[in-house]
Amino acid sequence: MDAKRKNNKAWFLVLPVVFVVAFTAIIPLMAVANYSLQDIQGADNRIFVGLDFFKRVATDPNIQDAFARNLTLSMQVLLIQIPLGIFLARLMPKSGWKASAALVVVAIPLIIPWNVVGTTWRIFTRSDIGLGGVLVNKFTDYNLSESTFDAWVTILVMDTWHWTPLVTLLVYAGLRSIPQAYYQAAAIDGASAMAVFRFVELPKLKRVLMIALLLRFMDSFMMYTEPFVVTGGGPGSSTQTLSILLTTIAIGQFDIGVAGAFSLMYFLFIQIFSFLFFTVLTLDERPGATKVTPKDKRKLREEKEEKPVNSKLKKVLK
Amino acid sequence: MAEIRLEGVAHSYDGGKTYALNPITMTWEDGKAYALLGPSGCGKTTLLNIISGLLKPSEGKVFIDGKDVTDVITDNRNIAQVFQFPVLYDTMSVRKNLEFPLKNRKVSREKITERVNEIAELLGIENDLDSKPSKLRSDLQQIVSLGRGLVREDVSAILFDEPLTVIDQNFKWTLRNRLKRLHVATGVTVVYVTHDQTEALTFADEVLVMDKGSLVQAGTAESLFLEPQHEFVGYFIGSPGMNFLDVEAKSSLLTHNGKEIGKAAKAGLNGSHRFGVRPEFLIPSTKSGLEFKVDRIEDRGVFKLVHLSNDDFKFIAKTEESYEAEVGGKATFSFDPKRAFVYDVNQMAVSTVSPSSEGGN
Repeated sequence: MDAKRKNNKAWFLVLPVVFVVAFTAIIPLMAVANYSLQDIQGADNRIFVGLDFFKRVATDPNIQDAFARNLTLSMQVLLIQIPLGIFLARLMPKSGWKASAALVVVAIPLIIPWNVVGTTWRIFTRSDIGLGGVLVNKFTDYNLSESTFDAWVTILVMDTWHWTPLVTLLVYAGLRSIPQAYYQAAAIDGASAMAVFRFVELPKLKRVLMIALLLRFMDSFMMYTEPFVVTGGGPGSSTQTLSILLTTIAIGQFDIGVAGAFSLMYFLFIQIFSFLFFTVLTLDERPGATKVTPKDKRKLREEKEEKPVNSKLKKVLK
Repeated sequence: MAEIRLEGVAHSYDGGKTYALNPITMTWEDGKAYALLGPSGCGKTTLLNIISGLLKPSEGKVFIDGKDVTDVITDNRNIAQVFQFPVLYDTMSVRKNLEFPLKNRKVSREKITERVNEIAELLGIENDLDSKPSKLRSDLQQIVSLGRGLVREDVSAILFDEPLTVIDQNFKWTLRNRLKRLHVATGVTVVYVTHDQTEALTFADEVLVMDKGSLVQAGTAESLFLEPQHEFVGYFIGSPGMNFLDVEAKSSLLTHNGKEIGKAAKAGLNGSHRFGVRPEFLIPSTKSGLEFKVDRIEDRGVFKLVHLSNDDFKFIAKTEESYEAEVGGKATFSFDPKRAFVYDVNQMAVSTVSPSSEGGN
């Protein structure tokens, strides 16, 4: 057989995507990188400052606080929304019109625009006319523009209301894809409801839960619109997320160099965190990723040489 | 070890509008191997799930060793079930998988270890105990799922629901052999569901043929082949299936469009019937019989399949390799009087048929 002539023209098909991505992601990002490395005073007046802005971002107490705050918020979001999402998904009807109805109801918060969610909650939580605000005030003092605790809890509850459905839908889809036989086998094995969840459902949900965790982490770590509309980051800076602070620096103070360095670090942190997350969670699924000690290797070799099953098979074949 | 008895067991998934399983009364004897054979959707799995208790029958009662277990949940029935594909707990090692049913039943630690080792040895998986099931070959995975059922000491019966479906072709028969040996070794009652007749006929002591939610015939492989009591058995078992022909009976004389086919052994048969004869029992004849045109001859090496046609019907005959005939020419075939049957409107065999002496055309 003669070698097939190589035709690499298919690469041209990638060009439109490269073009689009260049304009939507690469070029803007490079502009940001450009700002972060020079102090731009005017159109003709710029000084290369190296990593100065990055050092400033890393040592700025405001940014450090916002970072810690946002990380805490994200962790709380995950701790609440993932278990709650699983719980709700397990309660949802499995088939028939009830399943469709439940899916629609659950999905409603997901299709409401961020801004509308913020505005709705802002009015909802007002302690003078808001349904929620007035109601809560009957039991305990509630005022989100004065109490940092109230503001924090409000943001957390709002985000939970808005985004738990995403976790629920993912988990619901995951649950529906588990073959009935697994439940039947568990019933025959006498497994308790808890054991069914722990040994059947959870392992099968691993993939969707990973997606849910990643999405919820990224989204909550970049949260902007809702706290901006509801609390404006206050009282003080108690609900100021990294995104809100970044906007203040970039647009409010027009400190573009710091904002550029901030953006890049922000972006890199999410990238690295998500990557580590993904890697750790899929560790045992990679071929050769499991820890193999020399002892194991020897055992493996021995097994290869004389597998009892194979010897039996040979006997049968004879 | 147990005898399973079904009394008028029936099941409907839609509250009585249609029945997936029509009333069945039968006894599964202790220690025997049964095969449930039938096409997809005939109610085999439904029947199986009723026995294991995964499904509560809409009607009737289930007895295990004379005890009414209709309302007893699966967990307490001591029945092992193996599914179409290996059902294993992925996060547990093979050993943990085998221990699981015992742990759930609060069996003592020493007892568990003892049982698991015993079963692993019986199944030939003692060297795989510490691997994750996903690392095993599919037939071994199926063996492990079976082991989870067997590990309980008081298993009454093992139910197999088409256990070879996803097994690699090469390992199918070794796995089947293992299952068969296992049945001999343990003496547990086995019910084996399949739609593959070879699987059923080689595995079981008794084969139960099901169609459209009803049990149509039960018997040994031999009796199903030689004496199909129901048209479906004739059609489903054997390859190719039985030849059928609509006939009119008049005082037991069977005719098709005025052509005489044969005479039923039972006297006084009248009205519409169906005549059936297996290809194996259509015998080339020189003297009398039905005259056909030879359409095609398939040489299968050790036998020949002769495709025959008459005015408005076609038969297939399975002849010896030495049979010769001219394609397009005429050939006369008779049939074995003990192996040809006439079926009534309910598709049930009513009589054997002997060929007419003077032949058809």
